Amino acid sequence: MGETFYIFQDGQLKRKDNNIVMSTLSGQKKNLKSEVTDEIYIFGEIETNSKLLNFLSQQKTTMHIFNYYGFYSGSFYPRESNVSGHLLVNQVKKYDNTEERVRIAKEMLKSAAHNIYRNLRYYNGRGTDVESAMKDIQRLIKRLDYCASIHELMGTEGNIRKIYYSTWNAIVKQDIRFEKRKKRPPDNLINSLLSFVNSLIYTTVLSEIYKTQLNPTISYLHEPGTKRFSLSLDIAEIFKPLIGERMIFSLLNKNQITEQDFEKESNYLYLKEAGKKKILIEYDQRLKRTLFHKGLGREVSYRYLIRLECYKLIKDIIDEKQYDGFKIWW
Amino acid sequence: MVYYYFVCQRKLWFFSRHYTMEDNSELVSMGKLIDETSYKREKKNILIDEEINIDFLKDWKVIHEVKKSRKVNEASKWQLKYYIWLLRNKGVEIEKGVLDYPLLRKREDVFVSEKDGKDLNEILDKIDEIRSLKIPPVISTKGICKKCAYYELCYI
Ligand code: SF4
Repeated sequence: MGETFYIFQDGQLKRKDNNIVMSTLSGQKKNLKSEVTDEIYIFGEIETNSKLLNFLSQQKTTMHIFNYYGFYSGSFYPRESNVSGHLLVNQVKKYDNTEERVRIAKEMLKSAAHNIYRNLRYYNGRGTDVESAMKDIQRLIKRLDYCASIHELMGTEGNIRKIYYSTWNAIVKQDIRFEKRKKRPPDNLINSLLSFVNSLIYTTVLSEIYKTQLNPTISYLHEPGTKRFSLSLDIAEIFKPLIGERMIFSLLNKNQITEQDFEKESNYLYLKEAGKKKILIEYDQRLKRTLFHKGLGREVSYRYLIRLECYKLIKDIIDEKQYDGFKIWW
Repeated sequence: MVYYYFVCQRKLWFFSRHYTMEDNSELVSMGKLIDETSYKREKKNILIDEEINIDFLKDWKVIHEVKKSRKVNEASKWQLKYYIWLLRNKGVEIEKGVLDYPLLRKREDVFVSEKDGKDLNEILDKIDEIRSLKIPPVISTKGICKKCAYYELCYI
């Protein structure tokens, strides 16, 4: 598995011979070994050229770009090199078959909701009383089973998330004093964190999809191809609780991220560079965490769990085995 | 394809439908290294009919195949037989094939008998059958799965 580089500085990113070289304005140079580079995240202001993009495409490296405020702008997604006409045709057919589409979308949401439930159970077992929320969510998970359309599924999912968010005040122990200070809605701080972290998960999923034959624009839960690579949104839904939200809770509860990491004037909308860096370091470490996968009989990383999700979808799409979404099992 | 037919029919199905895996396994880079360093002067990697990729030919009489280990010897042998047979059918007078194992410092000659020719016809028919299956053949493990690039896709 290749490496991920996060670039914060301003400067130039160029191809030099068979390497990718980052040179900063102050004259420093860093060599990103191209053979092992899977992904590049750009947070700084970078000058580059088509020579580099061509090279990235050749090396099958994806590049994700964030703007000055840390909002996701888009990805350089190299020309697909792993295409299977067979899979594409069947991926579309599945989408087009309402029953099949709803079945897959439902399984995705059930997995996501299960993972949300597990997060609550974890904190409930550690002295935060979120029991009633857990019960409500359990009830809604059962209701997912009876949803017959994507629309209903989405509605129920919205309710699950609403209940989930309502517990965050209790889960987050940091002295942000959410409710007390009306003038600075704490929601903003959490929302800023969430949207930043969600965009990271989205890009990671996208990079994993790229390594398979799946087409990222054909999705089941989200409407395909609108604005974003919607299959990435589908799969991200499942991993947000495990990879993103657990991290947010931990960062806040350990006071690794505090109000100081946000620009006060922006009403906590804007994460400072130091804050973004802290999050990325933690995020990167979490993706590398491994656990033993019983079914496979080997260790897999959190990141690889995402790839496995792609494989499970492929097997459903070719009608070999029905999709069974990832559910936290430990 | 003949090679995959002997190694694993499921792999054959995936491969024929372009479900290829990332070539980041050590095995592959090992293969590349051998290819680039051994037998420098010979004609290398001749692609015929966009299907068979022959390591090199000597005066159009001997086909060499370079292999890393003898683990899949049977499959390699049949693959080579297929190349010889195919080229003979195209009017090239191939005498024999040679399996080269540079890492083991070993060589093995391979010939094609008339019976082999008949067998190959049957094998090719079976390959077509497998390729046209709607879903991949079930796993018929031979202990090679754990090292196979498709392992996760097969066993998840
Ligand atoms: S993992 Fe086993 S069954 Fe699957 S393709 Fe490889 S060898 Fe065949």
